Amino acid sequence: MRPPSPSIPEKEFLNSALKQNLRIDGRIPLDMRTPVFIFGPELGWVDCSLGKTRVVAYVDAKMVKPTPERPFEGMITIHSELSPYGVQRINSPRPSEEEVTITRMLDKIIKRSDALDKESLCILAGQRVWHIRLSLHFLADAGNMVDCACLAGIVALRHFRRPEVEVIGDDEVIVHSPLERAPMPLAIHHSPFCFTFAFFADPETPPILDPTQLEQRLSAGLMSIALNAQKEICVLQKLGGVPQDTEEILRLVKVAVAQAKELSNTVDAKLTADWATRKVEVR
Amino acid sequence: MGSRIEILNEAGFRSDGRRQFELRDLTIDLAKHGEADGSALISHGLTQVLVSVYGPREAKMRSHTFHDRANINVEVVVASFSTGERRKRQRGDKRVLEFAATIKSTFEPVIRTNLYPRSQIDIYVQVLQQDGSTLQTCINAATLALMNAGIPMTDFVCAVTGGVHSTSPMLDLSTLEENDIPHVTVAVMPKTKKVVLVTMETRLHVDRFEEILNLARDAGAILHQEMKEAILARSATLVALAEPVTKNQNKGDDDVVMD
Repeated sequence: MRPPSPSIPEKEFLNSALKQNLRIDGRIPLDMRTPVFIFGPELGWVDCSLGKTRVVAYVDAKMVKPTPERPFEGMITIHSELSPYGVQRINSPRPSEEEVTITRMLDKIIKRSDALDKESLCILAGQRVWHIRLSLHFLADAGNMVDCACLAGIVALRHFRRPEVEVIGDDEVIVHSPLERAPMPLAIHHSPFCFTFAFFADPETPPILDPTQLEQRLSAGLMSIALNAQKEICVLQKLGGVPQDTEEILRLVKVAVAQAKELSNTVDAKLTADWATRKVEVR
Repeated sequence: MGSRIEILNEAGFRSDGRRQFELRDLTIDLAKHGEADGSALISHGLTQVLVSVYGPREAKMRSHTFHDRANINVEVVVASFSTGERRKRQRGDKRVLEFAATIKSTFEPVIRTNLYPRSQIDIYVQVLQQDGSTLQTCINAATLALMNAGIPMTDFVCAVTGGVHSTSPMLDLSTLEENDIPHVTVAVMPKTKKVVLVTMETRLHVDRFEEILNLARDAGAILHQEMKEAILARSATLVALAEPVTKNQNKGDDDVVMD
């Protein structure tokens, strides 16, 4: 069963508004919704919202035996499931196309781009490493869940602190509780942020950044760019949809570069502000 | 392992003896799966993919049909013997599902689906051998198979991979190169030079990306020539085979001379 398509008046209204560079929620085409972060009492818990789209990310760490192929590296797994409460779900055991897209994007952006240094997660080579688990819960879908999830994931990883471990000799490992010794942040090389653009069939209609659900449904193509503040593109995906000139694609890449810089500053500021509210006494 | 294999040496040769912008050997066979409405077996060097197209035909599931256009269904099977190490893939493997979704959304704006309402076009992709640039090969094979099946399309879709080794760009990457350097797959429609698909999963600086995107787009036009020739050659063969029939039609002969 396919989800119901938007009605004809909605479709026509959106298309004619976009031709005049107006979006239904009042933004200009290349304007992104301001992200709002709510940090939980636990370190590594973040509720990130882009407008009405809400994603909760939670990080936890476990000590495990490493895989024999890579005895010096820790592991990171991303668990993301589209909750039926927040998202219009089709009842089927196979993951929906959107779910597959989101899971794959998160995998590429956070795991494949090596944002998190896996070697720093090693405690005792060949015996004990940290297994970092990032869980994402999609609470509400008002469009563009990929960007929201990516943002929530990266911010949660940067917010998280793992317990300090001490290795004595060759085989003794002491894990210090957070009350004894201050927990350590994860070694994050770079923070990739994802930006999704939507294209429309009519060549007069400009591409828009951060589409809402209606805009996403009525779009004729999406392009997601994940990049960091150092101007490196981690993932660029334009999987079909309306064909575009390379000049247009490069123009949008430049827009994303500017947005990434801004977002990076915002995230840094928010994390610093939150850290200041937590009492960490050093004796 | 002894010395590391150089991706590009000082003389300008790559690990398999190619030059920087040289594409691998391209072979196209459009007659492999005769039962299907259209098929194409294509290999870029050692990467080999077989695509079979059925359709437009009646949709198997009524719920998947659209009242005003054809539904495109893509299924991808990656043979367990396709890579160096034998690896069996599960049916719901997310990577394979994503692959299929990618191919589907690549062809959706290109196939004239509005000519066949309430029908289904099935594209079955079988990856037989993988030596890098799998998506490139699948897209090229699907284009040829769809053309072979006589399904109307607005243009060819030619795909090529590009990569950058420090500052030197190169095209049509093998597995060795893909594992080492950042790379991007670009699918372009040669008439308008517009890009249908761009996908990159490795980290690359924005300036390098600009270079390689334009290069890959231009390389797509070269592939277009080869693919067009293959289609024309196949069509010429089919016309020649049918010639005796069409020639003798007026004579009313029952016997037909076929070479």
